[in-house]
Amino acid sequence: MELIGRIFALAIATIFVHNFVLARFLGLCPYIGVSKKLDSALGMGMAVIFVMTLASTFTWLIQTFVLVPLGLEFLQTIAFILTIASLVQLVEMVIQKTAPALYKALGVYLPLITTNCAVLGVAILNINEELNFIGAILNGLFAGLGFTLVLVLMAGIRERLDKAEVPASMKGMPIAMIVAGSMALAFLGFSGLNI
Amino acid sequence: MKLTKEFSKGLIKENPVFVMALGLCPTLAVTTSVQNAIGMGMAATFVLVFSNIFVSLVKNFIPEKIRIPSYIVIIASFVTIVDLTMNAFLPEIHKSLGLFIPLIVVNCIILGRAEAFASKNNTISSIFDGLGMGLGFTLALIVIGGIRELLGAGQFFGMNVMSAGYKPILIAILAPGAFLVMGLLMGLMNLTKRK
Repeated sequence: MELIGRIFALAIATIFVHNFVLARFLGLCPYIGVSKKLDSALGMGMAVIFVMTLASTFTWLIQTFVLVPLGLEFLQTIAFILTIASLVQLVEMVIQKTAPALYKALGVYLPLITTNCAVLGVAILNINEELNFIGAILNGLFAGLGFTLVLVLMAGIRERLDKAEVPASMKGMPIAMIVAGSMALAFLGFSGLNI
Repeated sequence: MKLTKEFSKGLIKENPVFVMALGLCPTLAVTTSVQNAIGMGMAATFVLVFSNIFVSLVKNFIPEKIRIPSYIVIIASFVTIVDLTMNAFLPEIHKSLGLFIPLIVVNCIILGRAEAFASKNNTISSIFDGLGMGLGFTLALIVIGGIRELLGAGQFFGMNVMSAGYKPILIAILAPGAFLVMGLLMGLMNLTKRK
């Protein structure tokens, strides 16, 4: 029971309280760039959840069983970004061969994910916060879910915003930033949660 | 004359943050004070200049297909140098910038300049391009950091500048303030451009 409680607490903390986009400022480029249409936001979100979970798993293993025993912790940044880049490439090839339908839905988003700072961010955070193996995997999964949640919410708002009358100089990026600010304000309310 | 043009275009005309909207994550995350803004700007400028130098030197030896991974390795090496150097000599700033130092690797400004400029131009122009873009980035960070610090803490660069009765608008240095200030600044840029 206690374990389930701890997993639940981690989920709430990562998805809402320390939301990757709105509280930690990670993954802003796709958050602003891929949030114009609801279905592309969903596709991007799914791809990010997938890659973040896998990246958390592999970077934790590499840190614990390769970098630390060899005393090469200073290579962390290089090792992690290479792991993520090759992982994304591998995932792309595997999905293309085994699940063409899924590849059609996620394919265009996968290459973009390598330079999504949320993925490298979660990998480094897992190590900094000294999470164990299961904790790291779950943290990656929940961080991806949190990212997808705000991305989809944002896309929903922006689809409506298209029909609203916005001052000409605020159209596009500026108003998207203001909307993001209001969302961050709403999410700030979660920081009162004591878990 | 050409070199001054390469240098000055990054400052205003092609400012990476305000005009091209690149590198949003660090821009919003570290601009809670002018000091952080300068620290981040300098770190990114260093990486930008040296990765531009190296990319322009090796551009003729790297096969087309693996150029992006090679650029990422070059960038990651310089980020590691900055990370370790700042940790040793500027531990205060290093601590407050935290996660965002290793995340310079995935800052799209740097990979963007490597791919769009350094891989097509000679070393000298690449140095000036990197310097201009880096300082343009720093400038943008200082502007945003200055506004947020002034509103949110009543200070500028750590000095009290508001009158004694000023009540800080705390929201400006919290997460939502970053989005709101950025959105309004972008709107202002559009407004001046249209006139």
